[in-house]
Amino acid sequence: MELSGGEILVQCLKDEGVDFLFGYPGGAVLHIYDALYNQEDVRHILVRHEQAATHAADGYARATGKPGVVLVTSGPGATNAVTGIATAYMDSIPMVIITGQVATANIGSDAFQEVDAVGITRPCVKHNFLVKDINDLAETVKKAFYVATTGRPGPVVVDVPKDITDPSIKIPYHYPETVQMRSYQPTLKGHSGQIKRAVDLLLSAKKPMIYTGGGVVLGKGSDELRRFVRKLGYPITSTLMGLGAYPSSDELFLGMLGMHGTYEANMAMHDCDVLIAIGARFDDRVTGKIAEFCPDAKIIHIDIDPSSISKTITVDIPIVGSVPDVLQEMNGLLESSKKSPDKKAISAWWAEINSWRSMKCLSYDRNSDKIKPQMVIEMIHEITHGQAYVTSDVGQHQMWAAQYYGFDEPNRWINSGGLGTMGFGLPAAMGVQFAYPDDTVICVTGEGSIQMCIQELSTCLQYGLPVKIVALNNRYLGMVRQWQEFFYENRYSHSYMESLPDFVKLTESYGHVGIRIEKPEDLRKELERGFAMKDRLVFFDIVTDQTENVYPMIAQGKAHNDMHMSPYCEPPQDPERELS
Amino acid sequence: MRHIISILIENEAGALSRVAGLFSARGYNIESLTVAPTEDPTLSRMTIVTSGTERIIEQITKQLNKLVDVVKLLDLTEGPHIEREMMLIKVKASSMAQREDVKRLADIFRGHIIDVTTSTYTIELTGACVKLDSFIDALAEHKIIETVRSGVTGIARGEKSLHL
Repeated sequence: MELSGGEILVQCLKDEGVDFLFGYPGGAVLHIYDALYNQEDVRHILVRHEQAATHAADGYARATGKPGVVLVTSGPGATNAVTGIATAYMDSIPMVIITGQVATANIGSDAFQEVDAVGITRPCVKHNFLVKDINDLAETVKKAFYVATTGRPGPVVVDVPKDITDPSIKIPYHYPETVQMRSYQPTLKGHSGQIKRAVDLLLSAKKPMIYTGGGVVLGKGSDELRRFVRKLGYPITSTLMGLGAYPSSDELFLGMLGMHGTYEANMAMHDCDVLIAIGARFDDRVTGKIAEFCPDAKIIHIDIDPSSISKTITVDIPIVGSVPDVLQEMNGLLESSKKSPDKKAISAWWAEINSWRSMKCLSYDRNSDKIKPQMVIEMIHEITHGQAYVTSDVGQHQMWAAQYYGFDEPNRWINSGGLGTMGFGLPAAMGVQFAYPDDTVICVTGEGSIQMCIQELSTCLQYGLPVKIVALNNRYLGMVRQWQEFFYENRYSHSYMESLPDFVKLTESYGHVGIRIEKPEDLRKELERGFAMKDRLVFFDIVTDQTENVYPMIAQGKAHNDMHMSPYCEPPQDPERELS
Repeated sequence: MRHIISILIENEAGALSRVAGLFSARGYNIESLTVAPTEDPTLSRMTIVTSGTERIIEQITKQLNKLVDVVKLLDLTEGPHIEREMMLIKVKASSMAQREDVKRLADIFRGHIIDVTTSTYTIELTGACVKLDSFIDALAEHKIIETVRSGVTGIARGEKSLHL
């Protein structure tokens, strides 16, 4: 079979099993778009901005575990995609991004729509390639998928000059089944000696703590994690990225940790004597003050990326390997071990944890005459029975969604945790909805974030995507306002948004349904009405309390036991502990 | 502490910028960097001199290993090794006294005068970084016109080697 470069690219995607290609055409990729015409195996989704193409592919990848694939043109197509590529990179999301490039002969001549895409993306990709010879094209695509999806996943860019896809040049096509790279051989299986030491340490713990992250979701380690935690009966917390890997409704789950983590999770972190970190990377939003992080704990760390280990926090037992592989081995050892957890110590530890829990740190004013954002999230949880896919943008609404939705399954909570990209939510929800057309997909957002990719309402109309947009509209860039209230003496510098659009009319002009909700008493009824419209995109413009804050909060650089608490918490049962 | 890190890297366009970019993006020190193909033209050997605490050096080696193009890495300073750098240095040498003194110093350091004009000597000198520094110090009385240093290269002593 002789194919042109453009046809080879499309055929590679078919052979790789790609269902969806999120993209936007332009000069440098016209040959590829011509090859996409009249074929139905790879469905091309035309977005309205290249940033959205990357976020949509990213959302698809996070929900399905399969790589997201993007096609954009050279120059501005590539630069617009950079934010989405960096977003995926920070959260280790497998993606393959094909960028068009000017013809090989014009590279370096400042040609029209020329940009050094390989150079610009280098710091925010796992790897990138410039294809200089059509004979390398198929193998390069194979390598791109291999690198993107193995080891610690990440985005890979393939830059394809226009002459490489010239329809008049055809070569025999062969897509390699496997690819070997001498310079890239990720470790999957953990070191057995280290695993044994880790299990011994875990069984000797008096105040153990399990801390999990996005690596459990990405590594598909949720089932092994559940076996592991239930076998031990130890408390477990999760980062923002790991929510759902362990069911949040389970008694052993203490909620999220870190800057906006629960009181019990953060206190248990501070007081634990053995910590096992699983697929988590000790991000600064999690650790708080490094010098006071888990001061009394011996630390075990499982991660597929050796460079994540002892990067910020020195660990005692490092284990490099994939989460399910390592946990499976640990579970085997736990089953065959003659030792078992110290029952007396563990039950005393739980008593201590339960006294922290009794504060009900996520309490808020339920009798307010204003709509409380927390209530909105709790209500959408009820209406969707906790079964929805929830994407979010970035800010207060993101934290409330993380705290109050209560995820019981992995891959359901989709947000930009590492880079914190406003504008992520709506296009990510599109990607999820394409993957799961019959499921409820919610984008929790704010009136600030949603305007960063609002144009995608048009894409949603074109493809009939019934995403439910829940905009918590407080007329403030809420998280900025909260920091200004706490740390800048209420100087609300440029965090207030005037001249907001009428979101209902805006949504309607895009051909969708808009519902504005202003009063708490209308909330449930209006949400139920909107969620009942299964085949329509509904934009809920919900007017929420302007001054509500996200609690608990650890100020940047403070220790885990130093939290701002909601004024609606219960008094602590443990009198020895003073609240800040 | 100063470390000499040797890496074998795929000899591909952009490989050097991946390494240089890593150092600048993560704020690591880089004292010198040399790179050239090996006997296998698909592989380049790169030698990087850097400094930092043990934690930073550990991160540097891990981050370098993480680069998809890096095939193998060895921190030479962890074992016995040989370090060499080459320097070309042009010195003003017009008077008889200057010419004699520069020649004498070059001999002491086992350098070679490789170019001569009526007013200059150009000396080639090879050795560990500190030896080249000492030679420059020794020339304090003289006018140095130009200094060109190759950057450090190195190799492990004995049986130990960095190869595929």
